Amino acid sequence: MLDLLRSYLGSTLTPGQANNQLWALIYVLIIFAGVSVAVMTMNWVERKALAHFQVRLGPMRVGPHGLLQPIADAIKLLIKEDIIPSEADKFVFWIAPLIGLLASFTVYTVVPFGPSQAVSDMNIGILFMLGVSSLAVLGVVMAGWASNSHYPLIGALRSSAQMVSYEVAMGLAVVSAILMTSLHGLGLYGVSKFGDGTGTLSMIGIVQAQQEQHVWFLFKFFPLGFMAFGIFAIAMIAETNRAPFDLPEAESELTAGYHTEYSGLRWSLFMLAEYAAMIAVSSIAVTLWLGGWMRPFPNWLSGSAWDLVFSLFAGLTFVALAVIAFVGVVRMPRHSYFRVQTIGLAGFGLLLALIGILLLGIVIGAKVSHHDILNRTTEGMTNVYWFLFKVAVFMYLYIWYRATWPRYRFDQLMRVGWKVMLPVSLGVLIVTAIVGVILG
Amino acid sequence: MTEEPKSSLPPPAPAPPKPAAPAKPAGPVPVPWTSALAEKYQARHGSSLEALTYLGQNYFVVDRSLIPGMLQLLRDEDQFDYCVDITAVHYPKREKQFDVLWVLYSFVRNERIRVKTQIADGESLPSVVRIWPTANWLEREVYDMFGIKFDGHPDLKRILLPDGWKGHPLRKDYSILQQDQEWVQINLGIESGQ
Amino acid sequence: MNAQADPENALTNLDLETSERPHLDSNELIINMGPQHPATHGVLRVILRLDGEKVLGTECVIGYLHRGVEKIGENRTYTMFNPYVDRMDYVAAVSNGLGYCQTVEKLLNVEAPPRANYVRVILTELNRIASHQLWLGTHALDIGAMTPLFYTFRDREEILKIFEKYCGARLTTHAFRIGGCQYETYRGFEKEVKNYLQYLAPHIDEYEELLTTNRIWLERTKKVGVISAADAIALGVTGPVLRASGVKWDIRKAQPYANYSAFDFDIPTGENGDTYDRYLVRMAEMRQSLRIIEQAVNGIPEGPIMAKVPKVIKPPVGEVYHSIEAPKGELGYFIVSDGSTQPYRVRVRPPSFVNLQALDIMVRGLLVADVVAVIGTLDIVLGEVDR
Repeated sequence: MLDLLRSYLGSTLTPGQANNQLWALIYVLIIFAGVSVAVMTMNWVERKALAHFQVRLGPMRVGPHGLLQPIADAIKLLIKEDIIPSEADKFVFWIAPLIGLLASFTVYTVVPFGPSQAVSDMNIGILFMLGVSSLAVLGVVMAGWASNSHYPLIGALRSSAQMVSYEVAMGLAVVSAILMTSLHGLGLYGVSKFGDGTGTLSMIGIVQAQQEQHVWFLFKFFPLGFMAFGIFAIAMIAETNRAPFDLPEAESELTAGYHTEYSGLRWSLFMLAEYAAMIAVSSIAVTLWLGGWMRPFPNWLSGSAWDLVFSLFAGLTFVALAVIAFVGVVRMPRHSYFRVQTIGLAGFGLLLALIGILLLGIVIGAKVSHHDILNRTTEGMTNVYWFLFKVAVFMYLYIWYRATWPRYRFDQLMRVGWKVMLPVSLGVLIVTAIVGVILG
Repeated sequence: MTEEPKSSLPPPAPAPPKPAAPAKPAGPVPVPWTSALAEKYQARHGSSLEALTYLGQNYFVVDRSLIPGMLQLLRDEDQFDYCVDITAVHYPKREKQFDVLWVLYSFVRNERIRVKTQIADGESLPSVVRIWPTANWLEREVYDMFGIKFDGHPDLKRILLPDGWKGHPLRKDYSILQQDQEWVQINLGIESGQ
Repeated sequence: MNAQADPENALTNLDLETSERPHLDSNELIINMGPQHPATHGVLRVILRLDGEKVLGTECVIGYLHRGVEKIGENRTYTMFNPYVDRMDYVAAVSNGLGYCQTVEKLLNVEAPPRANYVRVILTELNRIASHQLWLGTHALDIGAMTPLFYTFRDREEILKIFEKYCGARLTTHAFRIGGCQYETYRGFEKEVKNYLQYLAPHIDEYEELLTTNRIWLERTKKVGVISAADAIALGVTGPVLRASGVKWDIRKAQPYANYSAFDFDIPTGENGDTYDRYLVRMAEMRQSLRIIEQAVNGIPEGPIMAKVPKVIKPPVGEVYHSIEAPKGELGYFIVSDGSTQPYRVRVRPPSFVNLQALDIMVRGLLVADVVAVIGTLDIVLGEVDR
C-alpha cells in the first residue's frame, strides 16, 4: 500500500502516460467527485455573492448561512416529477443532457492540476479540449429539438449559434497562446532567451513552457498575451451562456431557452453541465495564460523561503475560512431556534480548521523533516492549490459579471462575436507571430 | 331590560326658534368667455356655438354639426395640437342625453380649452382620429363605457371590458352592481355573478 | 414614421385575420406576450406580429385590471372617493391624491393654505422620486441588469418610511384631503426629509455609475423605441417620454399648481426620444425633485394645514378639468358636479393609458427583445391604464 503511494508520488508521469489504469480510474473518480462538489459550492457562492452585490443576504436558513442550500436544492430536484412532453422525441430528449455532461466532463481528462497530476497528458491536449467542448452545442440543439415546442427550439438555435460564433474567436486566441510556447522572446522586457523554443499542444507542456520561459503568457509580449487572454475570457463567457451573453435563457425574454421542457433531475444535469463547463474553460484559461499550477512570482520571489511561504497558502486558506466560520458562530443570535445552526457552523468551521492544520502540518513537516513523501505531497498540494485558486478567481469574476451588467441583445451578441472578437483575435495572432519572429 | 334611571331634573323648556339661516351667496355660474379665440369662432358659427367660462376654465358648447370641422380648425389654425382627453357624461333625463367633450391644449399658447357637444342616444359622432391619433383609444373607451359610436374610427371595439360584454357601464341606467351575467357565467364559470 | 402625415397607416391595428395561425416556416409569426409575463409590469397582453425577429406591429389588450373606478366615483361622496384614487397609479399614490383633491378644491373654489401646499409639494416630489426609482429598478431588470433593482428599492424604503410616519401607509397613502392635508407634519419630519436628501444624492450617482456609461446599456437603449416630438404630441404622450423627445413642457411650469411657481427647478429634456434619453431625463428629474424638496423643506410656512371646507362637501353645479404633472405624465381629473354630495361624473385622464398607445409606433422595426425594453421605458402602471 505504502509502496503504491510512494510509486505514485514519485512518478513524474501522468497515469495516462504511465499506462496505469488504476490510478487513471482513481483520478477520474476524484475529478468527477471534485467537480460535482465544486459545482455545488459554486451554486452556494453564486447565490451568496450575487445577494451581497444586491444588498441582501441570500440563503440563510437552510444551513448556517445557507451552506446546506445546494444539498436541499439537489434533493428537491431529484424528487421532482419527471415530465416528458408527450410529443417529444423520447430518446433524443433523454440523451441531450447526457451529451452536454459528456462534453463538459470529458475536458477534465486533459486539465493539468500539476506537472504530473492530470488524467492523461495527451500531446494534443488543447486540440482535444477544443474539440470535446464543442460537443456541448450538440447537446443544446438536441434538447431544443426534442422538446417539440417552438420556443425551446428557437432558444436552442440561438444558444448554439452563439456558442459556435464565439468558439472561432476562442480557438484563435488559443492558437496565439500555443504560438507563444515556441517563441522564447520576452516582450517589453527585452529579449531573453529561455526555453528551447519547441512548441507543444499538450496542456502540461504549455505550463512547462511558461515555467521555462519565466513568464506567464498573460504578460508575454505585452499587450498581446493580455489581449489574447481578454478575448478568450470574453469568449468563454459566451460559450457557457452566462451573463452578459445569457439572452437565450433569460426569464424576461420570450424564448425561454432550450431547457424549458426539462424538469427535475434532467434540468439539474443541464445545470451541472453548465457549471462544469464554466470550470473547465476557466481551467483552460488558467493553464494557457495564467501559469497553470505555478505559484505567483516564481522568479521574482524565488528561493526556498518564498517557496515555503507560498506553500503555506493552502493551509492558511482553510484556516482563514475556519476563522470566518467562527466569527459567524460568534455573531449568531443567541436564541434557541439558532442552536442547531450555530452548532453546525461551529462544526463546519472545525472541519475547515482541521483540514487547514493538516495541510499546514504537511508543509511544515516536509520542511522540518525533509522526508521524501512529505516533500512530494507538499509540492503536489501546492500545485493543485494554486491552480484551483486561479480557477476560483475566474468563478468569482463570472458571478461579478452577472451581477453588474445588463445582457446583450442577440443580434448585438452575434455582432460582437463576429465583427469584434474574430478580427481582433486574428490580429493578435498575426502580430504575435511577427513579433516572435522579429525577437527570436 | 334594566329600568332606565328616572331623571331628577325638570323636563327641558322648549328651545327658542332658530333664526332663519342667512341666504347662501349665489355660487359661480358660467359666464361668457371673451377672447380673440372665442370671438373668432363666434363670428364664424354664430348661434350654433356658445363660448363660456366657468371658474376660469374656458369652453365651447357647440352643435353637433360643427364636429369635426371646428376641431380640425382648432388644430390647424389655432395650434391646439394636443388632444388631452375625450370623454362623455350621461344625462338620462335630458332629451340630448350625452355630453361629449374634447379637452384640447396648445403648447404654443399655453391654453387649455374644452369643446362640448350634446347628442341624443343612438346618435354617432365623427371620429377625430385623423386629426389627433391619440383619439384612437380615447374614443374606444367612450364607446366602451357609453355606447357612443364614432364614425370613421379604424377599429372601434371595446377596450377595457371584454369583447363580448353587453351593456355600457358608465351610463346612468347601468347600476353599479350590475354585470353582464351571461358573459360571466360562460367565461368565468361563476353562476351567481356576485 | 410621421403619424400626422399618415395617421391611418401608422396606427391601424393588426390584420389578424390573414395571419392567425403561427407556423415557423411562413414569414410572419404572431406571438402573445400574455397577461402574465415577468416583463409587462402588470396584467398587460401584447400581441406581436413578427417577421422572424422583427416586429411588424403590436396590439395591446388591456382591461385586465379594470375596476370601474369612474363608476364608483359616481356612487361615493367626494371625501369617500379620495382613497380610491390612490389605487389607480398605485406606485405614485400621492400624486393621484393631489390631483383629485385639487380638482375638487377648484370646484369648491377654495385654496389650500400655503403650509398645506408646501407639505403637498414635499410629499409629491418624494413620491416622484420613489416612482422613478421603482421604474429604474424594473426597467434595468428587464434589460438584464439585476443589481440596480435592489439598490433602488433599498433607497425607496426610506421614502416609504417617511410616508408611513406621516400618514400611516406606505403605498396607497391617502395623504391629502380636500382643502389641505389632514395630518400635521410629525415631529422630526423636516429633519428626516433633509437627511434623506443627503442620503440619496450619492445613491443616484451610484445608479448612474452602474448604467449611464455602460457599453451594454448604451447598446440596448440607444436608438431603441424612438418617438419623434411630432409623433409624441400627436399621440398625446406626456411626461418624461415627451420631454425626452425634445418638448420642454412640464405642467408644473406651464400651469403651476400647489405653489410650484415659488420653487426654482429645471425641466430636463432629451434630444432623440429614444430609451436612453428617457432614462437620462428621469434620472435628471430625480435630481430636480431633490432640489425642489430642499427648497420646500427649508421654508415650510406656519399656519393652518387645512382650509375651511364644510364637513359635507357639496360643490355647486358645474364641471372642472384640472391636471397635474404625475411622475408618468399628465394626470387629469374632469369632475362634473350636480350640486349633491356625490360627483355626477369623475373622469380620470390617465397618463399611462395614453402613453401605452404609443407602444405600437415605438416598436415597429425593432426586435422582440426590445419590446420589453420599450414597455419598461414607457413606465406604465396597469392600475392607471385600466382604472
